[in-house]
Amino acid sequence: MRTETRRLVEAVIERGLFLCAATSVLVTAGIIGVLLFEALLFFQDVSVLDFFTDTEWTPLFAQKRFGILPLLTGTLLVSAIAMVVALPAGLLSAIYLSEYAPSGLRRVVKPLLEVLAGVPTVVYGYFALLFVTPLLQDIVPGLAGYNALSPGIVMGIMILPLVSSLSEDALHAVPNGLREGAYALGATRMQAALRVVVPAAFSGISASFILASSRAIGETMIVAIASGLEPRLTLDPRVPIETMTAFIVQVAQGDAATGTVEYRTIFAVGMLLFLITFLLNMASDWLRRRFREQYA
Amino acid sequence: MPETTVKLALRTVGGMMNLRASLCTTLLALASMSAACGGDSAGRAEIITIDGSSTVYPVTEAVAEAFQAAYSGMRVTVGESGTGAGMQKFCRSETVISNASRPISATEAQACRAAGITYLELPVAYDGLSVIVHPDNTWVTSITVAELRRIWEESAQGTIVRWNQVRPDWPDRELHLFGPGTASGTFDYFTEAINGKAKSSRGDYTASESDNVLVQGVATDPNSLGYFGLAYYEHNQDRLKLVPVDDEDPTNGDGPITPSVETVRNGTYRPLSRPLFIYVNLAAMDRSEVQQFVEFYLNSPAQLLQDVGYVPLAEAEQTLTRARMAARTPGTMFEGATHTTSLEALLRGDR
Repeated sequence: MRTETRRLVEAVIERGLFLCAATSVLVTAGIIGVLLFEALLFFQDVSVLDFFTDTEWTPLFAQKRFGILPLLTGTLLVSAIAMVVALPAGLLSAIYLSEYAPSGLRRVVKPLLEVLAGVPTVVYGYFALLFVTPLLQDIVPGLAGYNALSPGIVMGIMILPLVSSLSEDALHAVPNGLREGAYALGATRMQAALRVVVPAAFSGISASFILASSRAIGETMIVAIASGLEPRLTLDPRVPIETMTAFIVQVAQGDAATGTVEYRTIFAVGMLLFLITFLLNMASDWLRRRFREQYA
Repeated sequence: MPETTVKLALRTVGGMMNLRASLCTTLLALASMSAACGGDSAGRAEIITIDGSSTVYPVTEAVAEAFQAAYSGMRVTVGESGTGAGMQKFCRSETVISNASRPISATEAQACRAAGITYLELPVAYDGLSVIVHPDNTWVTSITVAELRRIWEESAQGTIVRWNQVRPDWPDRELHLFGPGTASGTFDYFTEAINGKAKSSRGDYTASESDNVLVQGVATDPNSLGYFGLAYYEHNQDRLKLVPVDDEDPTNGDGPITPSVETVRNGTYRPLSRPLFIYVNLAAMDRSEVQQFVEFYLNSPAQLLQDVGYVPLAEAEQTLTRARMAARTPGTMFEGATHTTSLEALLRGDR
C-alpha cells in the first residue's frame, strides 16, 4: 500500500475509534441532560424543601405530597440489609480464596461465584418473593408478604460476587514478599492475612464495598417485585416499603401523561438516585487512589 | 394463567392501552391491506364508533377485537372518555354506541331527546368488587361502608394506620393496605362508591395495576386489607378471606352481604356492584354492521366477561336483553325505578 493510502486508512480508523468512545460519553451526557432538564421543571412546581423534608410521598393521588424521605429510607434500608449480608460474606470468601484456597480450587470457585452475578435480577426478585419470604415468615414474627428484609438479603446474595471478586483481586495483588515477611516474623496464616494482607489491600477492598452499595441502591427488579409498593417512612424491615427505583417502575407502568408533575417525579427521583450512586462511585475512586499502597 | 394475562392486559388502562391501541391499529392496517390484496376494496370498511365508560371499555374492546377478527373489513373504534363524556358525544351523534357504567341520567336523556336521538339500553354485565383480608384474620367478619370510607378517604392518609382506629374492638395492629393504582377503572369505581368521588383516595398504600401483586400482598400479610375485582377473588379463594360489606341500608338486603354472583345479580351487594350498559343509537341499528356487532356483543361467551373480571348477566336476563334488542325497545328502563328493583324485573317491564 502506498504511504498516502495508509495514512488515510489510519485516519479513518482513528476517527472511527474516537466516534465509538465519544458515543458512550455523549449518551451519558444526554442522559444527565434529560434528567437535569426534567428535574428542574419538576422543582418549578414542587419546592426543594418539601421534597427533602415532607414525610409523605403520594404524587399520583388526589392529595399530592412530594416528600422523598419514605422512598429514600426504603432504598437505604434495603441496601443496608444487602450490605450486612454481602460485605462480611464477600470479604471472608475473598480472604479464603486469596489466602487459603489451593490455586486449583480458587480457579474453580471464583468463576462459580461470579455466575451469581449473571443471574437475571428478575429471577432474584421472584426468588425473594416466593421462596425467601415464606421461609423467613416461619422465623421472623410479623413479617409481611412484602417487606424490606427478604429482598435485602437476596440483594446481598446478588452483590456478594461483586464484593468477593473485587476484594479478591485486591488481596491477590498484594506482593508475596509482604506475606513472607509476616511469616518470617512468626505470624500465623490468619495473622498474616488479617493484619498484613487485608490492610495492604484496604483501598481495593473499600472500593469494592462502595461499588457494591451503589449497585444495591440502584437495583430495581428485586425490590419492585418483593418489597411492596407502599412509600412508608419506617426502619422496620418487616413491613411493605417502596424504594426509589420501584417507584420509577410503578409510574412508568401506569398512565402518567408526559409533561405532568406526576410524570416528572420519576426524573426528580432518578436525578437523586443518579447523584447518590455518582457520589459513591467518586468516593470509591478517591479511596482507591488515596490509599493505594505502591509496591515497586 | 391465561385469564390473568387477558385481564391484566385489558384492565390496565393507560400506557398499556396505548400500546394495545397502536397494536390494534397496526393489525387493522395489515387486515385492510390483505383485504385490498384480495380484491376487496379496503375503503368500503364501515367504522363503528364507540366511546364512554372506561369500566365497560375492556369488555367492549374485547368484543370489538373478536368481532373484527371474525368479520374482516369491519372497523370498530372504542374510546374511554368516561360515561358522562361518552353520553354527551352519543347525544351529539358522534358515536353510535356508548358504554356506560350507570344508567343514563335524566339530563342526558333530555339532551338525547332534544337532539331527536332514540336509543336502545342494553345491560351487558355486572361489575363487582371484593374487599379481602388474610385468611388468618379472625377479627374482621364484616365491614360497613362507613368503615371502608374511614380507611380509604383522603384524610385517612398517614393517620388511619392501625386496625383499632377503624373499629375500637379490632386489635392494635398495623393496617397494611393494598389496592389498584390510579390508572385502574376499579380504583375509580371503588373511590366513587366508597369515598363519594372518583379518584379521591388516600395514597399511602401498596398501589398496583397488577391484581397478582395485590393478591400476593394480601395473601401473605396477616395485617392486610385490600380490594379488587370480584372475579379475581374467585381465582384465589383458598388464599384470601372475603369480607361481607354492610351498606347499612336495609331496603336492599339487611346486614352485611357477602359478594357472590348471586348477590351481585340480585342487587343486594351494594354499593360495590353495579350493572354495566351499552347504549345503541336506534337509527344506527339500521346499519347492518351495527346490528351485526350488537348481536355479536350480546351473544359473546360468558368466559370473555370473566376474563376481564366481570360477572355475566343471569341466563334469564340475557334472554330478556336479547329480546329487548330484537324488539328495539327505545328508552331507558330506569325512569321511575327505585334502586331496589332488580335488573330482571326492569327488563321484564315490572316496576
